[in-house]
Amino acid sequence: MNLDSKIPEGPLSEKWTNYKASQKLVNPANKRKINIIVVGTGLAGASAAASLGAMGFNVDIFCIQDSPRRAHSIAAQGGINAAKNYQNDGDSVERLFRDTIKGGDYRAREANVYRLAEVSGAIIDQCVAQGVPFARDYGGLLDNRSFGGAQVSRTFYARGQTGQQLLLGAYGALSREIARGSVKLHERHEMMDLVVVDGRARGIIARNLVTGDLERFAAHAVVLATGGYGNIYYLSTNAMNSNGSAAWVCHKKGAAFANPCYVQIHPTCIPVHGDYQSKLTLMSESLRNDGRIWVPKKKEDAEAIRRGEKGPNDIPEEDRDYYLERRYPAFGNLVPRDVASRAAKERCDAGYGVGSTGLAVYLDFADAIQRLGRDVVEQKYGNLFQMYQKIVDVDPYENPMMIYPAIHYTMGGLWVDYELQTTIPGLFAAGEANFSDHGANRLGASALMQGLADGYFVLPYTMQNYLADQIYVGKISADTPEFDQAEQDVRQRLQTLLNIKGDTATHADPSSHTVDHFHKALGKIMWEYVGMARNTESLTTAQKLVADLEAHFWKEVFIPGTADEFNPELEKAYRLADYFELARLIITDAMHREESCGGHFRTEHQTEDGETQRDDENFMYVAAWEYQGHDVTETMTKEPLNYEHIKIAKRNYK
Amino acid sequence: MKFTLHIWRQENARAKGHFETYHLDNISPECSFLEMLDILNEQLTNDRIAHPVCFDNDCREGICGMCGLYINGRPHGNDDGITTCQLHMRKFHDGDEIWIEPWRAKPFPVIRDLVVDRTAFDKIIQAGGYISTTTGGVPDANTIPIPKHKADQAMDAAACIGCGACVAACKNASAMLFVGAKVSHLALLPQGKVEAADRVRKMVMKMDELGFGSCTNTYACEAECPKQIKRQNIARLNRQWIGQLFGRDRRD
Repeated sequence: MNLDSKIPEGPLSEKWTNYKASQKLVNPANKRKINIIVVGTGLAGASAAASLGAMGFNVDIFCIQDSPRRAHSIAAQGGINAAKNYQNDGDSVERLFRDTIKGGDYRAREANVYRLAEVSGAIIDQCVAQGVPFARDYGGLLDNRSFGGAQVSRTFYARGQTGQQLLLGAYGALSREIARGSVKLHERHEMMDLVVVDGRARGIIARNLVTGDLERFAAHAVVLATGGYGNIYYLSTNAMNSNGSAAWVCHKKGAAFANPCYVQIHPTCIPVHGDYQSKLTLMSESLRNDGRIWVPKKKEDAEAIRRGEKGPNDIPEEDRDYYLERRYPAFGNLVPRDVASRAAKERCDAGYGVGSTGLAVYLDFADAIQRLGRDVVEQKYGNLFQMYQKIVDVDPYENPMMIYPAIHYTMGGLWVDYELQTTIPGLFAAGEANFSDHGANRLGASALMQGLADGYFVLPYTMQNYLADQIYVGKISADTPEFDQAEQDVRQRLQTLLNIKGDTATHADPSSHTVDHFHKALGKIMWEYVGMARNTESLTTAQKLVADLEAHFWKEVFIPGTADEFNPELEKAYRLADYFELARLIITDAMHREESCGGHFRTEHQTEDGETQRDDENFMYVAAWEYQGHDVTETMTKEPLNYEHIKIAKRNYK
Repeated sequence: MKFTLHIWRQENARAKGHFETYHLDNISPECSFLEMLDILNEQLTNDRIAHPVCFDNDCREGICGMCGLYINGRPHGNDDGITTCQLHMRKFHDGDEIWIEPWRAKPFPVIRDLVVDRTAFDKIIQAGGYISTTTGGVPDANTIPIPKHKADQAMDAAACIGCGACVAACKNASAMLFVGAKVSHLALLPQGKVEAADRVRKMVMKMDELGFGSCTNTYACEAECPKQIKRQNIARLNRQWIGQLFGRDRRD
């Protein structure tokens, strides 16, 4: 496969300017003749559809929820980065660029990341103009806080609901375009397949989730903004309906999938408490601005806490191990997520974990409350504290929070070039669905930045470059053999699942045959063997276990109801069927990458003090995988990463 | 813990609904309400007793606004400032009977069981619940300072998650708190003032057109709002509405 990243000529800081100056455009009269499909209404999808609609294109936008405002971007808590340097603390486009490359452990494409940093400021301007109520100081100007992996305060926030406010801003802009008629909304519709005609993306098959009808939509280009695949681990901070299927069907139709093994594990989530548990709740990274993470210094204290004989407040100051401050004095509690997560796991594995399971560490605000007063802490983090209290039933103002790492974000995704176009011409991918900007680890508050950068400021330019010659092809018809075939394939797939009608009596595990049962089992395998620490042995085990489980699933699952009705069990089933295939690819990718970088930690490749050990000589590339058919090992093409601007270094936060 | 559940079952929008009774045992008090329903659905599916109970849910951390059940006569159940997904079984007593219904409001027709159609809210927002900006071409974010207390008030109103509990709680199925929150959020900010008069007029007209009832100031909406949106937002909406009637475009 030929991977042309289409990075423009010129010095790094001029590439985007040069690109925009020389790209092709579509004139206003012709924009009206062009149809674009946008799948997903999160930050990337909503902002792209709103911008493209306002420019004059005809846009169809799809979401699986009842409203575009429900997309999972809404749950982002802490903030959004931008190189505004409003705090006069030495920030700049260059520094945000460097922090992001370093945070990603030198596995991201320089040109994309630089562009991201370059447009970051305009995002804040745009959001303020839309009425996003960012936090302000008493002079009425915008306030900032710090996030992991940075030594400046460049994170803009709206209490602990930044994602919600940014999404509502984009949703407002989208609603305006819907009212103007430039965008047509299809809620409770799920993309089931991509239709490729003569090598170009020409439409989708969508399932109306209320009626079960399969519907055809044709367009000159398709934008995929469907988020990540973190739910493959079952327990994650993702929403229940977040899934990887839209990206996966595109992959099966020829779009390369890049770096699937790069998965982010967030250090501060509420720990697991029972088998019935359906999701893990994130406690924002912003809490690490003022919260201090610790475990007891003495094993006997940790054991007493686990038995419930002691509480955190019984451990005197000198017996507490603030292990992040100890190991990483320069960044302290604000090390990047992968580093903080591994450090928590290291302490718990060594026997110092707290909580009844021993799989938790403390995040303590006692110092902050003493220093700033309870009022200030409440103002900054009130809604997060409330959320914690409601879930755990413990008052975090009086007792330290208990937290543990959990799956949060996927850096891997569809391979895209500088224009955010996948290897299928006419298919673009934005936001978490693509792989482009975060390398092997994403910095906190950068997901919102990337989603909005892609949607507001990148796609509206780069798509025109593709669409310029599409004005000649006329209206795209959905009445073609390719659409017939795609629809028939989808119908067949659904019927095959419904026909399984697994019988508990003949089960390997007779306890249950629901989709969730299999999903939980897959999640456990992935977390145990393809989670925070991986090695050849664990990955080999995972490969076998996933294959076995998948075989059981296709024989034993039971899906009630039919395909012609509102049927959430069926939705879960086809998403899980795709996850089984994706799981294999994640494992293959993790197996081939014989190095540790960012969120991908191979225990065979670590330094003496347990830090990641990269192998730049052999692995400084993007691994782009090509689908070869069910049960066939995918082929991999390397996109070498050439660092022309930045000096490669060991990632050091000490 | 042990529970008796009476759940509203309705096959589709046209079908006649009814309550069905189920019994559950061995539920952990740490279990969330929706996880309790997951367990019920697991049993219904495995024992092939009935189609699993359909209910909307997504983020399960109280922010997406997707979930919303009427539990023992209260939207989002018997606790303050939470959504259904944040309700835990420890809030109930062992052996409790629990009545579970969908939102009851004409503008929110039932799709199946406990799932309702809330697209009416989207239509109200589309009528004018935004600031008309196009991408790019806006001033620097710090060009217009906004007093902190105004920004904070705007944020209080903007915290609405659009779940519909206010409508479900209201005996008139009024959407005044939902509309008031959006009108207030935007009217409190200098960027939103430009279109304030137009906005309030269009949103209120759309709300009426979609069949939401009138506000009779009983404030059940405020009491049941999971984000504790204040009734002052309704007052602000009324002020805006009267202001635009008399051509005073820029009141807040």
